[in-house]
Amino acid sequence: MKKLSLTLIGLYLLFLHGFSQVSKKYENIFQSKPLRLEEINLVTSYYTQDGSHSAVTGGGTSILGIGANAITLPGSEKLNDFANMLELKLVGYGETGNRHTILAGLGIDHHTAASQKYISPTGASKPEGTRIYPSLNWTVENLDKGTEVGIGTYYSHEYNYSSFALDGHVGFKNKTGGEFSAKASAYFDQVSMIYPTDDSTKYKTGTNSVANPYDEFIIKTNASRSSGGGSYYTGGAESSSIPTASRNTYTASFSYAQVINKSVQIAILFDAVKQDGYLGLPFHRVIFNNHLERIEKLPSSRTKIPLGLRLNYFIGDDVIVRSYYRYYTDDWGLTSHTASIEIPYKITPFFSVSPFYRYYTQTASKYFAPLYQHQVDAIGNPKETYFTSNYAASAFSSNYVGLGMRSAPPGGFKNSYLAALEVRFGHYVQTTDLNSNVISLHFTFK
Amino acid sequence: MKKNTMLLLFTVFVLASACESVKEYQKNKLNDAEMALSARKVEKNEQNFQSYKEGASGANGGKTGGGCGCN
Repeated sequence: MKKLSLTLIGLYLLFLHGFSQVSKKYENIFQSKPLRLEEINLVTSYYTQDGSHSAVTGGGTSILGIGANAITLPGSEKLNDFANMLELKLVGYGETGNRHTILAGLGIDHHTAASQKYISPTGASKPEGTRIYPSLNWTVENLDKGTEVGIGTYYSHEYNYSSFALDGHVGFKNKTGGEFSAKASAYFDQVSMIYPTDDSTKYKTGTNSVANPYDEFIIKTNASRSSGGGSYYTGGAESSSIPTASRNTYTASFSYAQVINKSVQIAILFDAVKQDGYLGLPFHRVIFNNHLERIEKLPSSRTKIPLGLRLNYFIGDDVIVRSYYRYYTDDWGLTSHTASIEIPYKITPFFSVSPFYRYYTQTASKYFAPLYQHQVDAIGNPKETYFTSNYAASAFSSNYVGLGMRSAPPGGFKNSYLAALEVRFGHYVQTTDLNSNVISLHFTFK
Repeated sequence: MKKNTMLLLFTVFVLASACESVKEYQKNKLNDAEMALSARKVEKNEQNFQSYKEGASGANGGKTGGGCGCN
């Protein structure tokens, strides 16, 4: 990580050196201007979903154990999430005329999830959580040359997951309306190893109740775990002696945008993503055909290649067509196609309504099988090296439809700093029976 | 993969070869907020839930993985 950080800083200094050459055209013309708050963006969203294939309970309503010890875990995917993101944009100019833009962001999400209760087989786990994620970006643009360079850093923390990230990007504009940009980013994540407990009587009796049930699920030693005569997860070789596991994600992103004419522009986007480390989640159960319970097990490496194309067309004076297509493939056997279209219609030059539709389809990962479909061998061990029953890795298609509205009156809304307001509602349906609704509001203050 | 990539590149080539020179003062439509060639801020949380509930991510200017317990 230190090596990568130094490389990113080195690259940044290299580009900064290039930018530090005084442009003769603007020499002695520009005066530096200190950073000034130019814009505040607030995005707030409420998301709700329901379904019946929770990965926590093995991909559906499942039965753990046998006989009198058997416990039924409901496969509900009911979830509510309230998300808020605040971003400050500061702009200043250096002595050479370079524009400096700083984006400082802070996000806070709070969710409640029915399935999260069943990390404990008795439903005793806390069914809610909060995620906090600050970010900071600095971009320097040479307006004369049409080039830019920037760096960013991100942090995210929630009860079972923390992440630190760095990125750097460069961009170049040409004289024919083209713009190329390249970005390198690295995420360094830590996953808390919260296992489904094997002691199903602990919360039933109340005699060993604890204030924070999560503490009970973090494996802090490699002590062997008794199956208690049932088929609860036994840990063994899959257990970790440390409470967290690392997951790293490295991405190289490239995009090229081109103005076609006064009304049409396109962009092609390409990412190459490499992940390594612990790529599953320790509280995702897999329940085999003989009711053997394990946690999902996935390879420690994944390569993802998404390729996208955007085409936006302003038709006449009132209608815009925003279109997007993405092809995705990875080395876990999953391929997908995404196509979306949004048609903002300008009722006035400053008020528009935007119906949108998105279609998504994917093949199953080679490691996925539904509840009770993963097989065991003659002595009762899993036949496959890797297995998951997380329906995000299953074969399905989805439809997402909704409507947005945007208002940005000239000079802003009366007697306020509010410059633009955007509202967007969408309804999402997956063929797995998952459905969800999301409403988002975006306030821009100037 | 190769077929899709070639099709995309061909589409881009055809469109790019039809480019016209557009002056700055002719870009009022291109500079409209709804013509931006990226996902808008109001879409951020939609992209988040999609990255949790679907296997694919990336190539939209947003997240490609990492940063959360999703893919």
